[in-house]
Amino acid sequence: MSGFMGHEPNGRPGWPKTAREWLFTVDHKVIGVWYLIGSLASFAVAGLAATLMRIELGSVGPDITSDGNIYNLWLTMHGAVMILGFQIPALLGFVANYAVPIMVGAKDMAFPRVNAFSVWLLWSGILIALANLVIPDHFNGMWTGYPPYSTSDAAGNTALYTMVVVVLGMSSVFGAVNLACTVAFMRCKGMGWFQMPLTVWTVFTANIIQLIFVPVLAASVILLSLDKYLGFGFYNPETGGDVLLYQNLFWFYSHPAVYVILLPFMGIMFEIFSVSAKNMVFSYKSAVYAILAFIPAGGDVWVHHAFVAGLPDWLRVLMSFTTLLISLPFGLLMLSLVGTLYKGAIRYSGPMMWALGAWMILIFGALTGIPNALSAIDYGISDSYVIMSHFHYVMAVSGSMATFAGIFYWFPKLTGRICNETMTKLSAIGFFIGMNTVMGPLYFAGIAGMPRRYMDYQQFADNAVIVGAQHWSTIGLYITFLSVLLMVVTWIHGMLKGEKSSQNPWGSQSLEWTSTALIAGQGNFPTPVEVAEDWHPYRYIDNPKPTFQPAPASAGH
Amino acid sequence: MKIKSLSYKVLGTLLALPLIPTLVYAFEMDTAVRKNYNGLTPQAHWDEVWHEVMLDLIVIGVIYFAVALFFMIRYKRTGHDQVGKSPKLTGQAMIGWVVIPCMLFLGDDLFLYVKAFDLHNQMRNVPAHAQTIKVTASMWNWNYDYGNGVDTDMELRVPVGKPVIFRMTSDDVVHSHYVDGYHVTEDVMPGRVTWEWIMPVKLGESVITCREYCGANHSKMYGKLIVMKQADYDAWMTEALADAKAESAHRVASAAIGKVTASKINEGQEG
Repeated sequence: MSGFMGHEPNGRPGWPKTAREWLFTVDHKVIGVWYLIGSLASFAVAGLAATLMRIELGSVGPDITSDGNIYNLWLTMHGAVMILGFQIPALLGFVANYAVPIMVGAKDMAFPRVNAFSVWLLWSGILIALANLVIPDHFNGMWTGYPPYSTSDAAGNTALYTMVVVVLGMSSVFGAVNLACTVAFMRCKGMGWFQMPLTVWTVFTANIIQLIFVPVLAASVILLSLDKYLGFGFYNPETGGDVLLYQNLFWFYSHPAVYVILLPFMGIMFEIFSVSAKNMVFSYKSAVYAILAFIPAGGDVWVHHAFVAGLPDWLRVLMSFTTLLISLPFGLLMLSLVGTLYKGAIRYSGPMMWALGAWMILIFGALTGIPNALSAIDYGISDSYVIMSHFHYVMAVSGSMATFAGIFYWFPKLTGRICNETMTKLSAIGFFIGMNTVMGPLYFAGIAGMPRRYMDYQQFADNAVIVGAQHWSTIGLYITFLSVLLMVVTWIHGMLKGEKSSQNPWGSQSLEWTSTALIAGQGNFPTPVEVAEDWHPYRYIDNPKPTFQPAPASAGH
Repeated sequence: MKIKSLSYKVLGTLLALPLIPTLVYAFEMDTAVRKNYNGLTPQAHWDEVWHEVMLDLIVIGVIYFAVALFFMIRYKRTGHDQVGKSPKLTGQAMIGWVVIPCMLFLGDDLFLYVKAFDLHNQMRNVPAHAQTIKVTASMWNWNYDYGNGVDTDMELRVPVGKPVIFRMTSDDVVHSHYVDGYHVTEDVMPGRVTWEWIMPVKLGESVITCREYCGANHSKMYGKLIVMKQADYDAWMTEALADAKAESAHRVASAAIGKVTASKINEGQEG
């Protein structure tokens, strides 16, 4: 096959050299980098939208805009692009594509061409989403797109919203099938299910969740467009439809989507904690079962998004209980994380600082979730800054810190160089302090009654808690902004002038560091790799070395 | 073998421990006390449960943080080739490390759940003598219909000490009715009637806001609740009733004039 097809080993490490090879690649690593670029671009756009909103909210009254439609455009773009454009592609795109196949010792994904199709779909989806910034009738119905607002003319272009969700959803589903098959069938010889790194387990489970629930989301938004443009009326009470149908369908996917993001970023944290402490993950098997338990446990909690939406009382009380049950698998994962430090030999490297920040924020985020799960408490704090602060802690801040930890962790494999350690740590500390200053005060503003999705808070102008919290939150944003700039500078500096990395700078036992070139070439491993029965990615004492089969396996994959 | 199976039984008995406080709380209180909820108003009851939950979270968080911080300082890497020495878990230890933490989490969950369940019952059971206010939301207005021909926009007046139930629906999109200080939120949507109730015991004003995104002026959709003394309320209501009557009379009259004018125009066109 020609060079750019790139999944049969050719013995040459390093990235492809020509633009043609980069563009028409089917190599999972190059595709992973494309996912990374797409997700970071989305992070920039959505982050700028957040910056604008935060500046607007800094004081009572209009600061930089008095137009509700413009503000709501920022709000819609921030939510939709952060989740669909940044978090899911960074975790289920970059981490899944770049790291997972090497970690399981495969030469590529199970279906390389489908993989390329997924990333093309992702980029198409991002471009369609960005078009929302320039078209005259931009969609401003929020990333949740609740009807009847989203089916009214005031919401703008609903078809664009449907299109973005469906295109990105297709990308996710193709990616999920691909990755599940890769993990199930392409593991190297000798690697059992319980010898997989937890990053692989979490990404695998997240993709199973995607496969089960994404079609429901697609259905819910397609019905929106059918309602609006063809007058079907699934959500229109005047023709016998029901507006609550949408909320049920939407959250049936979108709550599990939180675990789609949570699990892979906890996987990255496990990887970095274990490597930094040079310690076996505490109670590895129970962590695996806890990860798998998120599939059933995450599937029956969606009603907590609709505790105040007029659903029957018995359902609220029931789902309040099933929601609390999430604390069992989640608690086990947190136990395994902290247990990994026990009797460890912890080295506080750059990625470890990011992972530690992510983990501390995750504790806040997880604990503040409990009041929201209790339906009676939720009557007082529903749709306020309490819930906004909670999910930013648990998913946005912790998620992005862990994602960036992962980028710093795999940076040597991407560029062959290491980022400056001091700059890495400074940016981590800055981001941690900054985001805590943004989101911490807002929790108290929420308790004081501040509702979310507001462009102004005139009615609370004499509420000192709310006004003060908004003010400090905006100051926190500037700190965050500077630390993100520092992080980008650190990456660029690392890429161009960073210290040359050794083969295994963190001392990992996982295959991507031990058994392939630092910048792996086509096919990852020159000849198929093989691990012993007692090999384990988190065993740092007497771990048998992976071996290589003498000749390449038969052609094809 | 015998010792092993005995140890499982001991372990199993220990598991039930965290459930005891919950069960005691659930069954010990007699129905009469429970019906009265210790004489608390829903909002005071909410505050109590909220503080309980916060205390609970702080205790868990502090314990977890303290242990983690201890590990982080105690197990810092000192030598270059140092590796971690965590003990290998036996099968029984591994089961113990799953089951015991899970039961602790479950115990805590149930503890909070039972309290919240009680609160839920109070907040979702309306006293029989509650006054009904019909709420109609639209972009971007709250309309309060007192049921006697009087209705107000963006402002609701109620007498102190009388429970009020809102029966709410929407003319256009989904809104959400939140009364500050009473800890009640309920979505308002077309095609359904939802409800919430409050027990105003303090004179004064509180903010009413919309809590479900409803378009460009979502943040401007706010009004106020004014809790008045019964006498003041009655005086206001009498005046409002008179106004409403005069207005409806005016409306009937202007409608009649409108009809006449319209028929004249029609005649003129026909001519």
